[in-house]
Amino acid sequence: MSEPKNYMYKSWWKILSGVLLLYTFAAGILLSVPRLPQLQETIRNLYFHVCMWFAMMVLFTISFINAIKYLRSNKLIYDIKSRQYAVVGIILGLLGYLTGIIWMSYTWADPNNPAYASFNSIAREPKLIGAAIALLVYFAYLVLRDSIQDIDKKARISAVYNIFAFAMLFPSIWILPRLLPSLHPGAEGNPALNFNDISPTMRLVFYPAVIGWSLLGVWIATLKIRIKMIKEKIIL
Amino acid sequence: MNLVAEVVIRKNNLKSLSHILTLVKKDLLLEIRQQYSFYGILLYIGATIFVLFVTMNEPETKVWNGLFWVVQLFICINAVAKSFLQESKGRILYFYSIVNPRDFVLAKLLFNSLFMLLMSLLSLFLFTLFMGNPIQKAGQFIGLVLLGGWGLSLIFTFLAAIAAKAQQNAAIMAILGFPIIIPQLLLLSKLSNSVFSFSTSIALPTVLLILALNILVIFLATILFPFLWKD
Repeated sequence: MSEPKNYMYKSWWKILSGVLLLYTFAAGILLSVPRLPQLQETIRNLYFHVCMWFAMMVLFTISFINAIKYLRSNKLIYDIKSRQYAVVGIILGLLGYLTGIIWMSYTWADPNNPAYASFNSIAREPKLIGAAIALLVYFAYLVLRDSIQDIDKKARISAVYNIFAFAMLFPSIWILPRLLPSLHPGAEGNPALNFNDISPTMRLVFYPAVIGWSLLGVWIATLKIRIKMIKEKIIL
Repeated sequence: MNLVAEVVIRKNNLKSLSHILTLVKKDLLLEIRQQYSFYGILLYIGATIFVLFVTMNEPETKVWNGLFWVVQLFICINAVAKSFLQESKGRILYFYSIVNPRDFVLAKLLFNSLFMLLMSLLSLFLFTLFMGNPIQKAGQFIGLVLLGGWGLSLIFTFLAAIAAKAQQNAAIMAILGFPIIIPQLLLLSKLSNSVFSFSTSIALPTVLLILALNILVIFLATILFPFLWKD
């Protein structure tokens, strides 16, 4: 290990993450929310569903930065980081889908039809397609990694793909919503960041929640990185 | 002093341009000498479109459009995959010692673009011949097909380089490429919906967007390929 005491071993941001998440759960469930006809109390899911996607993008961005760092320095530690952040990002993306499914089943799904029948109309949602592209890209990244035996070669090729895919991913996330008709709120850009989208009281919970979930994701990733570092002590 | 620097830079530019052209010429020569691969792709295009012709007669315009772009996608994967996979390890090592990686990848991009443009036009001709011709504005659609073929070939050329380095077959190219190509295919099929009637006009900003994406791919390929190339 070249850098002995970096952010991974500091505890203040882990405590901050715990405090923010406790606050998210307490305030998110207790504070009053505007009652919209379609949403009612399900709007509280905003503190969980949207935060998952934010945290996912944060982790993918960190993975991308570590891929660049790897290509610049050829240090395997950056490759390990890049991979672990991508894996945790994928998990958060899947959780984002899961919370989305719960929310959708109360608001979008037609109660007279079985969920299976309404799936293909709901799946054509640009936000869902964008998220699916992101997850497919990172699944492909993992498949590509595992298909190469040589450690240095694996690190270099997967870093190249990571950078290429990430750079192509962002334009697509901006382009897609403008192409397809959408039921999803915030079709013109980033949902919940727009000032007309959410009420001031909700913003009091939403911003801390985003930071809390992102920090939790980083925390999980650093734990995985540290385990990996112990396992790979010989090559590092 | 400045003048000398300028002359050196210009000389270098000219040199890399001539390198690129030589490499393209080499690919072209290879293509002419080993004609089986060229005829293989022609046969692939013909057979794919013939299967579609047999399994469905005269699809409506939306289906026609969707099928056309999916066929383009598969043709591109097959046409471009061999570009790096055909190079043996020894030959790669030889190129490594004599040319700049940037020139090498630019030459591959250029050759594959030209190749794919030809194949796109050919498949368009066969498609309209067998599947009926719903196109009202032929000139615009030909332009779109060329633009789309170019974009597809650029992305898959770079992914072929990755797949070849990973010593994998064309299947991994599809896995790596499909998620990345989806937005571009969506843009293209949206755009080409407007050529089926005279009432709607083509959206110029979208065309420019695709052009910008293609330039981004070339840019990324020239930056990233040198890392891919050294062992």
